[in-house]
Amino acid sequence: MRPFAHLHSWACPLPLSNIDTDQLIPARFMRTSRSQGYGEFLLHDLRRNEDGNLRTDWPLNKPAAIDAGVLVTRKNFGAGSSREAAVYALIDGGFRCVVAPSFGDIFASNAVNNGLLPAVVTEQDAELLLGALGNHGSLIDVSLERQIISLASTQIYFEIKPNWKIKLINGWDDVALTLSMKGEIQAFRQKRSVNFSWLFL
Amino acid sequence: MSASLSLFDRIWSEHEIRHSESGESLLWVDRHYLHEGSFHAFDQLTSRGLSVAEPGLTVGITDHYVPTVRDGSVALDPQIMEMVDRLEINAKRHGIPVIGLTDSRQGIVHVVGPEQGLTHPGSVVVCGDSHTSTHGALGAIGFGIGASEVAHVLATQTIWLAKPRTLLLQFDGRMASGVTAKDVALHWISALGADGARGFAIEYSGSAIRELSMEARLTLCNMSIEGGARCGLISPDQVTIESLRGRPSIPKGTDFDRASRHWLGLASTEVSCFDQRYVFQAADIQPTVTWGVSPEEALPILARLPDPIDAENPGKASQIADSLEYMGLTPGQKLTDIAIDKVFIGSCTNSRLSDLRDAAAILKGQKSKVPGFVSPGSKWVKSAAEAEGLHEIFLSAGLQWREPGCSMCVGMNGDLLLSGERCASTTNRNFKGRQGRGSRTHLMSPAMAAAAAVAGHLVDVRSFSEARL
Repeated sequence: MRPFAHLHSWACPLPLSNIDTDQLIPARFMRTSRSQGYGEFLLHDLRRNEDGNLRTDWPLNKPAAIDAGVLVTRKNFGAGSSREAAVYALIDGGFRCVVAPSFGDIFASNAVNNGLLPAVVTEQDAELLLGALGNHGSLIDVSLERQIISLASTQIYFEIKPNWKIKLINGWDDVALTLSMKGEIQAFRQKRSVNFSWLFL
Repeated sequence: MSASLSLFDRIWSEHEIRHSESGESLLWVDRHYLHEGSFHAFDQLTSRGLSVAEPGLTVGITDHYVPTVRDGSVALDPQIMEMVDRLEINAKRHGIPVIGLTDSRQGIVHVVGPEQGLTHPGSVVVCGDSHTSTHGALGAIGFGIGASEVAHVLATQTIWLAKPRTLLLQFDGRMASGVTAKDVALHWISALGADGARGFAIEYSGSAIRELSMEARLTLCNMSIEGGARCGLISPDQVTIESLRGRPSIPKGTDFDRASRHWLGLASTEVSCFDQRYVFQAADIQPTVTWGVSPEEALPILARLPDPIDAENPGKASQIADSLEYMGLTPGQKLTDIAIDKVFIGSCTNSRLSDLRDAAAILKGQKSKVPGFVSPGSKWVKSAAEAEGLHEIFLSAGLQWREPGCSMCVGMNGDLLLSGERCASTTNRNFKGRQGRGSRTHLMSPAMAAAAAVAGHLVDVRSFSEARL
């Protein structure tokens, strides 16, 4: 996994609450292999008219948003379905960080497992940021080390679970770490299969 | 074990292999359910050259993409059938048992698991599906996880998680007639919000919960994720024990007695051991329906729609206005004046035998004014319903009687609404586009959906049943 260093990128505003994972990627696009890229499916039905053309009035479709690496949005982002494809769509669409007052728990775990930073700010700070970004967005800085988002002279603190911060900064992946604990896991399994034999079919 | 621990705390500590300095625990996983969406995880395993650690503790079940018309009358979409086949191929390659399309036990993961006794009280259950919270009804921890975590569980049979805080949702008193577990779920989610339980493991308790059947408990725990919770549990009691006795993968004889004693001993005993608690009066709960695009946008059936002008702040006002616009509704409109185009009875929330009985009781001798279909939760449910003649009631009412699967809850199999169509649905999510682009979903109980089908509009099932007498 790519380590998350300092991010200097265009931030795009998405002033909506409850953007669930069905909206991030509608279910009908989830059949293709990841290697084909999921970026074009990101927020597909919100960004496009029924004829498939991009809506020009949509923040993500503005020319400036093409290079956006940060999305700033309202509460409960990524609620709903556990589909990791929602994170794939964001990452393949160029995003490395989403800033919101709250995230769906499963989405946030999926994000961290793929190197996408879910930065939690207060509702007031989210509104402050959205106000500062205006309709088009702006260049901002995200320091994961300091947990600070900077936009011109404004500095906003964000929350991230300490264990997630470590994982993101180092680009760590759990599988290799856990496989190194194989002996401990085997011993646990042994005990469990004796005490609770009925769980082992 | 200490008397001051909650059910969740007890199960958690029993599964903790290690606690890391960064605050996460490595938990043992007793049961891992897979569905067609697991192909990303299998791809990850293949690309790393890893094998499956515990194929015997893993079960594959086809549900998300399976067609619900399989009698040859409709051509099957080859792309969709490839998804179904891919699960069976991946499972077989790794020696994982699979309940495939033609298996007599096939159905929705969260219906089949408990039905087959694969989910045990006191266990940790995971699945790459957010409604894994359903299994908490049996007194298990059920976590919905993403594809990377599915790959991790496949490779190690463990999962890293930071321990959520615990939340007690207590429902005192008795529920009124016509009120179901679905209404209880929509009631608390509308009260606390779609992220009201974020970061929490819920336990449901109180006299109203004790009186719920196991099937109703499964409905209630299923909806935990819609309030933002990681999982939702109910302490094991005699209802739990009796619901498990004799199921295929539940221990028999003295093992059952030993297991039952252990399961009952896990129950929470004190309210003081929870980080947070809310108390509801069950008698306050009315038949409830959603009107907007989030499960929190729910109201008692006799209410009127909100007006953005009355909202407490501009953010809330714009959310209400946006939801009303998407749903094609006007402020102040009576819920009972909303006409529907379709009805869908099914999904991991409400497709069990008792749900079908509730719907059939309303539809008996009636005609549905709108087209729609019923998809039983599993082939076992289907057979049991047919043995009682429920399918004939649905067919006589003009509804289709389909095969089991996730179907029109998520539409991955192509069961979708057309843009602008309004559906009375027993599912769990009324998100924009969930049942198809531009679809308009109203969530409700099976009885309420059946009543809406007969009336052609949303209706109070209580007045509806009285009027028929």
